[in-house]
Amino acid sequence: MTHDLGFWTLQTLNALQLSMLLFLLSIGLTVIFGLMHFVNLAHGALYALGAYFAATIASTAGFWVALLVAPLGVAVVGMALYGGLISRMRKSGPMAQVLVTFGLIFVLLDLTRIFWGDLALAINTPAALSGRVDIFGTGYPAYRLFIIALGLAIFAALALILSRTQIGAMIRAGVDNDAMAACMGINVERLFFIVFCVGCALAGLAGAVAAPLLSVTPGMGLEILIPTLIVIVIGGLGSLKGAIAGSLIYGFVQTFGAVLLPGVASILIYALLAAVLLLKPVGLFPAKG
Amino acid sequence: MKKTLTAALTGLATILGAQSALADKLNVGLLLPFSGVYASLGTEIEAGFRLGLEHFGNDLGVDLNIIREDTEVNPANGLARARKLVMQDRADVLVGIVSSGVLGAIRDFVHGAQVPLIVANAGNDEATGERCSPYITRLSFSSGQVNRPMGRWMAEQGITRVYTLGADYAAGRQMIGGFTETFTAAGGEIVGQGWTPFQQTQDFGPYLAQARASGAEAIYVFYAGGEAIAFVNQYDSFGMVETMPLYGSGFLTSQLYVNAQGESANGVITALHYVPTADNAENLAFVDAFQATVGRLPSEYGVHGYDAARALTDAIRAGATDRASLANALRMTSFDGPRGATSIDPATNNIIQPIFVYETVTGENGAMTQKVLATLPAEADPANGCVMPEIATN
Repeated sequence: MTHDLGFWTLQTLNALQLSMLLFLLSIGLTVIFGLMHFVNLAHGALYALGAYFAATIASTAGFWVALLVAPLGVAVVGMALYGGLISRMRKSGPMAQVLVTFGLIFVLLDLTRIFWGDLALAINTPAALSGRVDIFGTGYPAYRLFIIALGLAIFAALALILSRTQIGAMIRAGVDNDAMAACMGINVERLFFIVFCVGCALAGLAGAVAAPLLSVTPGMGLEILIPTLIVIVIGGLGSLKGAIAGSLIYGFVQTFGAVLLPGVASILIYALLAAVLLLKPVGLFPAKG
Repeated sequence: MKKTLTAALTGLATILGAQSALADKLNVGLLLPFSGVYASLGTEIEAGFRLGLEHFGNDLGVDLNIIREDTEVNPANGLARARKLVMQDRADVLVGIVSSGVLGAIRDFVHGAQVPLIVANAGNDEATGERCSPYITRLSFSSGQVNRPMGRWMAEQGITRVYTLGADYAAGRQMIGGFTETFTAAGGEIVGQGWTPFQQTQDFGPYLAQARASGAEAIYVFYAGGEAIAFVNQYDSFGMVETMPLYGSGFLTSQLYVNAQGESANGVITALHYVPTADNAENLAFVDAFQATVGRLPSEYGVHGYDAARALTDAIRAGATDRASLANALRMTSFDGPRGATSIDPATNNIIQPIFVYETVTGENGAMTQKVLATLPAEADPANGCVMPEIATN
């Protein structure tokens, strides 16, 4: 088997694509945790919901509308969850939060089964992105390049908002010390609400983006949850830098592990997770505080 | 007046008497996943089973009392459900089992309790091999059976160098192993093999890139369910169809989800023990009836249920009344069904059935359909270490 430059470029792009998908998911989860100290295990279920919304909308209004509307729909579900459940759970300990949101996974899973059935759904790749781009003599699917570009764009936008805008400064203050931020006149509760909704919308966006690539099944939220948790544990809780670093590490270890060490590919990432937990339990780039 | 009354009463008594003589009831335990990742399979098998009872279960002279239990995809839970059906509900026969893991978990219990089990999906080779039991009759398929004929067929088509890819678990290993065995025996060469972590792989890109770099003429894969949909879509998006055509075990493009793959599945050639386009009268009738009740075309899973119902009703007609006689009668099953000539091999209790090689193509109305390229003759599985004990009947 000869591996030329084209092969390695292809695999690098595969790794980046997986990283960006995970980044969209993990950034919401990690910032919610960093700011609210709230573990929302139902994040994966919201991702699945995004994919189902997208599949339904795409079948009538087309992919691009679905890509815009599905995240909004998930954000609305997020608002309902926040108002009905999560704001009440704020003061209970992490164990109760984990249990409630873990239960929420199964509630949402069964709701998707009731509404959409057991059969897997799929969305066609939009016509504009269904082709391939020639890279060193081998074609790479345009849609995967679109995922990479979208992930990078969201990263750039979030980085800009967090470091350059007033709301970004408020969020950073809230992550560092929410009590002090409240004393300084920041409406921390409203901040929580906004961040929670944006996090949910990003999970929905990830689901909508993943739908044409993967298959839309009720269990997809559970499948993605563990990779997402690994990303934020490796990267460090609460920080944008951690989310992107963790995603890249996961994507590259997973992809190149499958290529170079196929026998141990499935445990490689867990070994890395264990190593990070032993050597730097807070993760590589934790938010300060 | 008195006379007529007496006559009427006598008549009524006769009817009631006849009723009570016939009021024999058989408890049928349906053990299927109704939740979890295989829920869609369980639902379809049940639909097929109930349709089969409707077609073949009239004037049996016995009431069939069907008790459903949800195995999920959880061996421990499956065993608990099987125990409940046998001990509490006094099931005379069990039907179902989708996951090979669940089958492995309940095998010893079913064998020990001497309760006949009609397997309506789970395909692990051992269940009708070294772990065979006279009480376990398989009406679905075995992993090797579906894939072995395809190795010879592909070699006959002049394909010499193949790359294989499969989900890394027992079924995947057996499916790919069955193909590899006959393909290499027929002179073909396996230039490389990839195994993707089962149910942990969403992105097949890295594996597809490796397959492409292997320089093989064709790729042979085993995936099912959500993984199959994702795999076929991603294979298509990499444009590999021009350089490395896709072959595989027919679960890859099962009727159950082929329309979620859509155009991506166009041209994929696979082998399976059933296709809804199989051209025989039994199948036409089955497909029509299934479509009328369920509202979509049946897949191989629906047929498993339908044929399981037929085997059960045939056994009852042949005079089986209890667990032992049912188990004995089920092993004699033989009929022409939607799959063609179908029978049970008494040496292993596995089904003997033809295998269809089919190409998935776009049909007239845009829905995907199956074009049968070849019907390979039925062959019995090798005994694989099965020593079948006799069942003692009184």
